[in-house]
Amino acid sequence: MKYMLLIWNRPGFTEELSEQDRTALFGEVDEIMKELTETGELVGGQALANPSQTRTVRLAGGHPEVVDGPFMESKEQFAGYLAVDCDSPERAAEIAARWPDVRFGGAMEVRPIMDESGAEM
Amino acid sequence: MTDDRTVEDLLRTFAPQVLGLLVRRHGQFDRCEDAVQEALLAAATQWPEQGVPDSPRAWLLTVATRRLTDEWRSESARRDREVAVALREPAYVQVAPPADAEPAVADADDTLTLLFLCCHPALAGSAQVALTLRAVGGLSTAQIARAHLVPEATMSQRIRRAKQRIEAAGARFDMPAPGEREERLRTVLRVLYLIFNEGYTASSGPDLRRADLTREAIRLTRVLHGLLPDDGEVAGLLALMLLTDAHRAARVGADGELVPLAEQDRTRWDTAEIAEGVALITEALTWTPPGPYQLQAAIAAVHAEAPTAAQTDWRQIAALYRLLARIAPNPMVTLNQAVAVAMVDGPRDGLALLASLDADERTAGHHRLAAVRAHLLELAGEPDAARAAYLAAARGTTSRPEQRYLERRAARLAGQR
Repeated sequence: MKYMLLIWNRPGFTEELSEQDRTALFGEVDEIMKELTETGELVGGQALANPSQTRTVRLAGGHPEVVDGPFMESKEQFAGYLAVDCDSPERAAEIAARWPDVRFGGAMEVRPIMDESGAEM
Repeated sequence: MTDDRTVEDLLRTFAPQVLGLLVRRHGQFDRCEDAVQEALLAAATQWPEQGVPDSPRAWLLTVATRRLTDEWRSESARRDREVAVALREPAYVQVAPPADAEPAVADADDTLTLLFLCCHPALAGSAQVALTLRAVGGLSTAQIARAHLVPEATMSQRIRRAKQRIEAAGARFDMPAPGEREERLRTVLRVLYLIFNEGYTASSGPDLRRADLTREAIRLTRVLHGLLPDDGEVAGLLALMLLTDAHRAARVGADGELVPLAEQDRTRWDTAEIAEGVALITEALTWTPPGPYQLQAAIAAVHAEAPTAAQTDWRQIAALYRLLARIAPNPMVTLNQAVAVAMVDGPRDGLALLASLDADERTAGHHRLAAVRAHLLELAGEPDAARAAYLAAARGTTSRPEQRYLERRAARLAGQR
């Protein structure tokens, strides 16, 4: 079963960390990525640039309009994702629980990825 | 030029035989498996252009053995350089018999031993599937990765790790002990059925290429049935696969939507597969006490023999489900049993049976429970409750075709009000 682990955090929070904490955080991320590569669970993942570089498209006066800035003006922003293929939802949640952003006030969302196959009913 | 299909069939047939011989001779399942995979890839590029060699199996064995000894030599050379001693040929290369000398061991047994090894209980289901497809099925890592919609590197790593796990678990290239054999065989059957379903549920739309898995699962189960003709459950699983696969052309509509059994165009069912499946299960049931796969195959056979959905012998199907629920109790069996009971005794009785599943944590809130409940509520003449249950099921599924089907059902009921 494939899951997308959505990473939510406060943009720029790493800037406020001590050098030591920052090194530890990136080290933990590398560690998890290495483990997921070795277990054959990693399907993909991307980190997103700072939300200040976002452009949002939405309908205005019946036409799509492009504006600067993110869709939601919230404290936490969508910062990136991991896609994993694991044997249980518990395992997906366990990976998310180890993601270091959580310790610094961020949040991870674990969401199943839709499959194109299906059984007739 | 040789037909690609012929080459592929040859490779898949010989892959487990060559691997078995190699492992018997050299041990080291992990490395032998890599060497056979390389030999298969070499054959897949050379044979279609240069023609199939006179003895394809000996060719594969020679190439795989060469890969293996090359690797040993270079490794030994590296080691020797490091310790600055003179290069010498490793002892096992000297004692290895020539590649074309074939031992008297029956290849058939090797395929079975390999199946047991790849479906080792130390492995998770996804690893058992991947390893079985590669080592026994002779599929390439790229093919397996494509079928599972993951990057090739991910699949390659998954297979490597599975082999390490088997080694760490101390597994040997031997048949399981008699006391374990029965249980290990159940695992093999479960893995084969898993491969079948991965292919079958995907055999439409953009995932059509995954239908290869269905064909491969049937082929491997057929091989297993050939090796163990006296095992009723192996026969039952093969029959179940054939009878299910027979619906392939009818289960998906023109625009990719799932068509439920009752609405399928039965003229599009595969009559050859049905005939073979029915014959297999009918025969198996005469001499073995029925196991779960045989009962499921028997149910599929009753469906297959009904000329129209309305003429289905639901009484017999309900009886078979009752038996199945007794020998292999499982909430998914109860779900299907509820449908059969509804068809025999009316939707209220079916709904009553479902009530027990709300308390079962394996099914409470499961989309399949909501979908069956929706169907029975619709039969019971409660369109509002049915519609709510269809929508709950649509929210719960992670399958897009199922979601489309369930939303369509809900929308149809909204239109009726």
